[in-house]
Amino acid sequence: HLCFSFSSCLDASRPWLCFWILHSLELLQEPIPAAVASDVCQFLARCQSPTGGFAGGPGQHAHLAPTYAAVNALCIIGTDEAYNVIDREKLLDFLWSVKQPDGSFVMHVGGEVDVRSAYCAASVASLTNILTPKLFENTTNWILSCQNWEGGLSGVPGLEAHGGYTFCGTAALVILGKEHMLDLKALLRWVVSRQMRFEGGFQGRCNKLVDGCYSFWQAGLLPLLHRALYKEGESELSQQRWMFEQQALQEYILLCCQNPTGGLLDKPGKSRDFYHTCYCLSGLSIAQHFGNMDNHYEVILGKEENRLAPTHPVYNICPEKVAQALQHFLRMPVPEVMLNFAPNKGQRFCKGSLTFS
Amino acid sequence: EEDRKEWADLEPVPQDDGPNPVVKIAYSEKFSDVYDYFRALLKNDEKTERAFALTADAIDLNAANYTVWHYRRVLLQALSKDLKEEMKYITNIIEEQPKNYQVWHHRRMVVEWLNDPSEELQFIADILSQDAKNYHAWQHRQWVIQEYKLWDNELEFVENLLEEDVRNNSAWNQRHFVISHTTGFSDPAVVEREIQYCLNQIRKAPHNESAWNYLKGMLQDRGLSSQPGLLERVLELKETHCSPYLLAFLFDCYEDALENIAQKEKVEEEEQKETLRKALEICQLLAQEKDTIRKEYWEFLGRSLRNKYGNGTLSDEPMAENPEPSISASQSQEAS
Repeated sequence: HLCFSFSSCLDASRPWLCFWILHSLELLQEPIPAAVASDVCQFLARCQSPTGGFAGGPGQHAHLAPTYAAVNALCIIGTDEAYNVIDREKLLDFLWSVKQPDGSFVMHVGGEVDVRSAYCAASVASLTNILTPKLFENTTNWILSCQNWEGGLSGVPGLEAHGGYTFCGTAALVILGKEHMLDLKALLRWVVSRQMRFEGGFQGRCNKLVDGCYSFWQAGLLPLLHRALYKEGESELSQQRWMFEQQALQEYILLCCQNPTGGLLDKPGKSRDFYHTCYCLSGLSIAQHFGNMDNHYEVILGKEENRLAPTHPVYNICPEKVAQALQHFLRMPVPEVMLNFAPNKGQRFCKGSLTFS
Repeated sequence: EEDRKEWADLEPVPQDDGPNPVVKIAYSEKFSDVYDYFRALLKNDEKTERAFALTADAIDLNAANYTVWHYRRVLLQALSKDLKEEMKYITNIIEEQPKNYQVWHHRRMVVEWLNDPSEELQFIADILSQDAKNYHAWQHRQWVIQEYKLWDNELEFVENLLEEDVRNNSAWNQRHFVISHTTGFSDPAVVEREIQYCLNQIRKAPHNESAWNYLKGMLQDRGLSSQPGLLERVLELKETHCSPYLLAFLFDCYEDALENIAQKEKVEEEEQKETLRKALEICQLLAQEKDTIRKEYWEFLGRSLRNKYGNGTLSDEPMAENPEPSISASQSQEAS
C-alpha cells in the first residue's frame, strides 16, 4: 500500500511534499488520479494564507519556498480547479510584502534573505502572470552581486559559490530576461567543474562530496547556459549535447542513487527521501534530453523504460505544464497593487506585464 | 504537559487539514498537543509567559517551523524578555541543529537587538570546528564581521583553517572575502603575497582545485597575463606538480594573452598563431586525456577559440566535433 508516514520535521514543508511527489510522478509519466489531484488542490487551498502566498501547512505564515512548491504543484495538476486555488491578487500583495529596497526578497515576513527568494518570487510571478518590472526593481543587480570569484553564485553576496543558490539566481535572471548580464563564461567553467570525474554525479561546492540532488541544481544549469550563450550569438555550441557528461550522470543516478525498495537518495549509504527522489529524477531527465521541441536528442542509459519525461530547466515541471499555465494566466489582467509598499510610497499601481519566452 | 490546569482556560485548535488531507504527517500525541495549543495562542494573539514557554516546546518538536520562531520573537519583545538568556537558549539549539535556517536567523535578530556581537566569532568558530563548511555558520560570520567591523583577526583565522585543511573551499572563500573588504586586490604587494601563498599551497597539495580557483579568481579581472612571470612559474610547476587544474590555468593564460594580442597592432602573427596553437593543444589534452569528464566543454572552448582567433591557414587540426547519432535503446548498455 502507498501509505507513507511523513516525518514531523517536514510539518512546515507540506507543499514541498506535494511538489516533490507530483513532479516525480509526472517525470515517471504516472498519471495522477483525478481524486488525488482534487484532494491536493483542496489541501493547498488550506495552505494558502489569507494575506496571500502559501505556507508550510494550514494555519502557518506564508513563505516563499512553500509558495513556489504549491504553485508548481498546482501547475502540474493543471486543471481549472488547480489554477483557481491561487489568489493572484493576494499573491502579489505577499510578494510586495517580502520585497526589500535593495532588490532582494526575504523568505517570509520577518525572515532571512537569500537568492532562493528571488527565484521563488520570479517563478510564481511569471507563471501566474502577476509579474511587473517594478516588483523586480534592483533584483537583477542584487542577484548579479551574488556571482563571486569562483564564477558560481552564493546565497548572499560574499559567500561561497553553491549549486542550489547558483541555480536559483541563474533561473531567476532567465525569467527576468537578464541572464546575459552574468559572466556566463565564468559561470560555465564553475558548473562544469562541479561534475565529479570518478562518481559522474555533481558536487554542490568545490572540494565537497557528490550528492544526487545536485544532478538537477547543477546539471540543470547547462540547458540554461546553453540557451543564454546561444542568445548571445555563440556559434560553436553543440547541437546534440549539453556541456556535461550526460552518460556519466545517468550512471551515477541509476547505479548509486537508487533504493532497492524504491525512491532515490544522496549517495550510497544514505536513506531515501522525497526531496532526493524528485531531484535525482529531475537530473536524470536533464541528462536524458537535449534540446527543445524542434530539435530533440535523447541519451537513454539502460532500458527504454528508463526514459523519463522532459523537464523545464527554469521551473522544473514538465514543459507542457509550463505552457499550459502561462496560457491560462496570460488571459487574465495583471492585478493592481492595493497595498502601500513602504519605501516607495508614490509607486502604488503597477499595470502591464512582462513578456518572456 | 498541556493537560494541566494552567491551560484549562484555553481551547486547543486542531489542525485544519480538511476532509481529505494529503501528505499526512503521523504526529505524536505530544506534537499534536503542543501545536493544538500553539494554534490557540496564535488565534487569540496571546502574549504571555506560558505562550513563550510553549514556543520552546514547539521548536523542540520542529525547529523548522518559522511561524513559531516569528511568534517567539514577537513575545521576546512584548514580554521584554532577557535577551542574554535568549542567547544561551539559541546557542544550545544551534549546537544541536546547526543546519537549520531559522535558528541562525533568530540568533542574528537577538544579536542585533542586543547590539552585542562579542560572543559571535568564538561561537561560530566552535560550530565550524564541528563542520568547517557549514554554510549558515559562514553566512552568520560574514554578517557579524561586516556589520560590526570585526576584520582584524579574520585573515589569521582563515590561515589556521587552511593549515588544518588546505582543501576547505569555504576558508578560501573567506580569504577572498577578507582581503577584498580590507586591502583589496589592487595593491601589487598584496597580489604578489597571495600568488606566493597559492603556489606554496599548490606545491603541498597539487590536486587542490580551490587553490587554483583562488589564483585565477583573484587575477581574472585584471587579466591573467597582466602578472609578469606568472606563466613561467606555472610552466615550471607543470613538470612536477601537474594537474588538470594547472593545465586549465595555462589555457586561461593563453586565452587571456590572445585577448590582449588582438588589441595590440604590432604583435607578430607568428606569436599569435603560436599562442593559439598552445591553447588548442591544452584543450585537446584535457578533452581526450586529462579531464575527459569535461570533454564536451573543452571541445566547445577549442572550437570557440579557433572560431575567434583562427583564420583559414590554421586548419591543420581536424574539427573536434564529429556529428554523432543519438544513442538508441538497442545500442545502449544494460545498467545492472
